[in-house]
Amino acid sequence: MNLLDWVVLLGTMLGIAAYATWRTRHTDNLNTYLKGNHNTGWLTIGLSVMATQASTITYLSLPGQAYENGIAFIQNYFGLPLALIIVCVVFLPIYRKLGVYTAYEYLGQRFDAKTRLLGAGLFLLQRGLQAGITIYAPAIILSTVLGWRLDLTIIFTGLLVIIYTVTGGSAAVNLTQKWQMAVIFGGMLTAFVVLLSKLPADAVNIAGAMGKLQAVDFTPDLKRRYTFWSGMLGGLFLSLSYFGTDQSQVQRYLGGAALRESRLGLMFNALFKIPMQFAIVMLGALLFVFYQFQPNTPVFFNQTEWQRHAQGPQAATFRAIEEKHSALHADKQDKIRAWVAARDLGDADTEGAARTAMAEAQKASGAVRQEARDALRAVDPKAKIKDSDYVFITFILTQLPHGVIGLLIAVMFASALSSKAGELNALGTTSTIDLWRHFRPLAAQDEARNVRNAKWFTAAWGFFAIGFALFVSFAENLIEALNIVASIFYPALLGVFVVAFFLKKVGGSAVFWAAVAAQALVVALFFWGKANPAHEIGYLWLNPIGCAACVVFSLVLQAFMGHKGSRVEPAPTA
Amino acid sequence: MNSPSPDPSDREESPGVPGFRSWRGVYLFVFIFFVLCVALLALFSRAFA
Repeated sequence: MNLLDWVVLLGTMLGIAAYATWRTRHTDNLNTYLKGNHNTGWLTIGLSVMATQASTITYLSLPGQAYENGIAFIQNYFGLPLALIIVCVVFLPIYRKLGVYTAYEYLGQRFDAKTRLLGAGLFLLQRGLQAGITIYAPAIILSTVLGWRLDLTIIFTGLLVIIYTVTGGSAAVNLTQKWQMAVIFGGMLTAFVVLLSKLPADAVNIAGAMGKLQAVDFTPDLKRRYTFWSGMLGGLFLSLSYFGTDQSQVQRYLGGAALRESRLGLMFNALFKIPMQFAIVMLGALLFVFYQFQPNTPVFFNQTEWQRHAQGPQAATFRAIEEKHSALHADKQDKIRAWVAARDLGDADTEGAARTAMAEAQKASGAVRQEARDALRAVDPKAKIKDSDYVFITFILTQLPHGVIGLLIAVMFASALSSKAGELNALGTTSTIDLWRHFRPLAAQDEARNVRNAKWFTAAWGFFAIGFALFVSFAENLIEALNIVASIFYPALLGVFVVAFFLKKVGGSAVFWAAVAAQALVVALFFWGKANPAHEIGYLWLNPIGCAACVVFSLVLQAFMGHKGSRVEPAPTA
Repeated sequence: MNSPSPDPSDREESPGVPGFRSWRGVYLFVFIFFVLCVALLALFSRAFA
């Protein structure tokens, strides 16, 4: 990065944060602090919902995943449009009608205090830990390739988001997310255009022939992670949980000027999410084609990690792998060119033979990449051998002009900040409304004190996230574990909301214990799958199973209990 | 306690989107667009297999 890149990066990041802090510095009304300005329009809500969902992982890791495994991941989003329609029809009108600040307040009104606390507790637990990962995930990649100090990157990012989120609350989050999304769209579009200008004419055909463009898989196989069926059913339940019951999303659309604005904001996402994700995975698939024709394509994209070991005692082994990869890469280029020529000729037999030769060359190249990972692991058991996260950032740093590099690094930080701001805002709100106001109902009447406490809680969660991100750097395996924990917490929570909306005869005690039992079932299924890999089901399937279990258990328990026997909470004072 | 149900007036209010007289129409449009996206992706997969 040169001076121009730094100017673009710091100018966009600090400029947006400073603008939002200044514009929202006088936010002292609880409703505005927690829900945003009353005049928030549908586009701001739509962009805010999109910005909260799409973190840096979306823009940095997803192209790498498509580079490695193709664009099948797009199926993960198939349930999203239907889920958003359901949220608009069922969830949203109820939340708005009751005037609640959080989704869990509704559980308190519909059931009882313990069910509300269960919902709020599950959210705070998983989202609080996720907030740390939201900072850590981009920081580890950017600090590795740019040579920055990891701890300072985490602290700078964390403090910046804390400042404007604490100062302006939901209004500042909405405002910054709108501008950050503009930076993200502009940067990603620029990268896409530059990539297209560097590709051969047959790039899409080559990507297809090399198996990178299988977007839809109708195979009814529970063990496959991404199929049309897992995306439709599992994705539907996952999206319903996320958009309907996760406060970090609920808070984004509750702030609309009217029900219409909230609905249109969600429909904006229902329309554009799949096309947007398609563009991102296509970027990865086309990056794959681009690197097939580059003479110096690295055998391992995390070059910092690779060079750290390649200059050690095993240098000869690493050099041999590099030479082997180089030779196979050149051979693969010839095979690809031969396939393109055969395809242009229109001779089916020649084209088929050339395609087979190309696939074998790709297999051989993949085997050397695996050999490189094994070599890294052999010299250092703690070496980071997953390099797909480094594919796009390598392209950014080596192929884009200065200025645009700064813009793309700004994209990565903007996406981290926007996700984290939404999370902190929701964590602060849930802590204030569902915990503090619940346990201190008299003190909760003081408006100024409410706002002050919401700010303190937001800041506290921000510092907790920074601390956790700094700790995670010493225990990287936690990241995967926590992502899984987060994904298995959703189904039971969604089940509670489904019961609340559709099963009016079920009371608080029945649904509470049903949720606990469903949660235990999901955890048991997950660990049983890990212990018996031959029978492990894709994690998306845990969502409908857990939700259905909660609903069925609620009905059974209610039948045994007979009466609801649940205390009803008073309506919230907005 | 019975769960509150959506306010019927909310459901029936005009979406204020040109070409749509009800929310049902908006949802139908979004659903058809989604089906079209999936169909195009399936065709895309077949075309470049």
